[in-house]
Amino acid sequence: MELNKLTIAQAHQGLVKKEFSAKELTKTFLDTIKEKDKDISAYVTITENLALLQAQKIDDLISSGKDIPALAGIPLAVKDNILVEGIKNTCASKILENYTAPYDATCIRKLKKLGAVILGKTNMDEFGMGSSTENSAFFPTKNPYDLTRVPGGTSGGSAAAVAADMCCYALGSDTGGSIRQPASFCGVVGLKPTYGAVSRYGLVAFASSLDQIGAITKTVEDAKIVFEAIAGKDPLDSTSVEYQVRSSGYQVSSLKIGVAKEYFVKGIDSGVEKVIKDAIKKFENLGLKIEEISLPHTKYSIPTYYLINTSEASANLARYDGIKYGLSKDKGKDLLDVYLQSRVEGFGPEVKRRIMLGTYALSAGYYDAYYLKAGKVRTLIIEDFNKAFKRVDVILSPTAPTPAFKLGEKITDPLSMYLCDIFTAPVNLVGLPAISIPAGVAGKLPVGLQIIGKPFEENKILEIGSIFT
Amino acid sequence: MINKKEVNHIAKLARLGISEKEEKKFQKDLSSILDYFNCLQEVDVSGKEPTFHPTEYFLLNRETITGSETTGSGRKKGVMREDKEKPQKEGLADKLVESAPDKSKRHIKVKTVF
Repeated sequence: MELNKLTIAQAHQGLVKKEFSAKELTKTFLDTIKEKDKDISAYVTITENLALLQAQKIDDLISSGKDIPALAGIPLAVKDNILVEGIKNTCASKILENYTAPYDATCIRKLKKLGAVILGKTNMDEFGMGSSTENSAFFPTKNPYDLTRVPGGTSGGSAAAVAADMCCYALGSDTGGSIRQPASFCGVVGLKPTYGAVSRYGLVAFASSLDQIGAITKTVEDAKIVFEAIAGKDPLDSTSVEYQVRSSGYQVSSLKIGVAKEYFVKGIDSGVEKVIKDAIKKFENLGLKIEEISLPHTKYSIPTYYLINTSEASANLARYDGIKYGLSKDKGKDLLDVYLQSRVEGFGPEVKRRIMLGTYALSAGYYDAYYLKAGKVRTLIIEDFNKAFKRVDVILSPTAPTPAFKLGEKITDPLSMYLCDIFTAPVNLVGLPAISIPAGVAGKLPVGLQIIGKPFEENKILEIGSIFT
Repeated sequence: MINKKEVNHIAKLARLGISEKEEKKFQKDLSSILDYFNCLQEVDVSGKEPTFHPTEYFLLNRETITGSETTGSGRKKGVMREDKEKPQKEGLADKLVESAPDKSKRHIKVKTVF
């Protein structure tokens, strides 16, 4: 098999058996990037020298007869909002276009310790805001399955890179579906861990109660390998929790799968609906029990999600003020001008829109009706899931209501873009783990199935995901 | 419907020096988005506390969570660290100052505040 088509597990075997070197593996990916990325535009920065240096270190280890961890020598792509020391970190924004990361994110530090090879930083919607990667300030990324369509967002670059064999796996971040939806659109696996399972130190903050770093991989087995490498409590992230391996010693065949009746109302593409219904039948044929559940507050999840994420974003993005780093416009007369000009020029339209929404929702006179209300509805949504999880072990849904849409189709209508998140956003509100696995196609376009689990039960959703594929 | 005055007020709070063209666009966008969000008004939240943090809820409902730091009442203690200076990597401070757009030696420069 061509080296760039190997899974992490297969590549590790190949390295250990000395069928090829880490340098050869890395060079293959760098060549693939040179060949394909001019059409796909997944990468913002390619770190060729860093990658070859890291690969050489692993080859030295192998030739000295030492054992290597599963991720050693395996090339990955990193979303451009996760800091890699010494490398540009743009968040696909003009305001950070020339910003160099002064330190490694914790997940990067962990991966480097395991010998990972970093190929480069991938394109995204600016600051994690969007569902198509069209909100990148630099250029849109194309879906490898159809170059006239979006790869999804905001981890569109990462998902496209994995789908087009331009890396073995990738890191992304997910605030309302930003790992799972692009994974669905690009026909790859995307795992968003339980909130708190993976440290957010070094992830540029968007919405602090919703953000999580996760893995985009070719297989479910690979997702498990990457997750276990990056999970863990971190003193540098006070919201991180010790990850305890739960749910060992259960019989997979005794697991109950919930399907929410509110998820199959109109608005879902018929091709997507068929794939999901076939997937449910497949699980039934494998002997798993399917049960209908109700998540009555589903229709309020989008407004709740957008009020909370924009409010948190308005606070998190206040730091981009042209003083400490980033774009700075200092032609005005005073300090206020520096703020006003740097920010209006540095941020793209969607970012400005969300900052304004959040500022409004938090402002005097509106705080109770918007932000506080959303916080209370969030409690109701959590209670919905808690009730459902008393009866079932996991919940199934389409990852997105449609397959990949055309470039330009939704970009002028913010609200229609927001509705892409209908199945994924509630998961972030509650803090649950969820995975999107390729489940079939609608026409020629990939369709993802979402499996949602209870907090810290990544093992269950990974296991069910692997039965399916 | 949000009016121009409100749009400008929010823009000023958010430190965004928007143009007149942007003002019109945001007025339209924000109005239609907020109209849609108004559906939350119909939700009955009586007796409900807001959740601003998923972990908070996990810990109050123990059957859905694993062990974490909790007090007897189940509410998570604030996570604090010792109020001591932590040694940082050599040269980090210089790197941080280096990122600043306007600097003088090891100081970051800002325009006059008044």
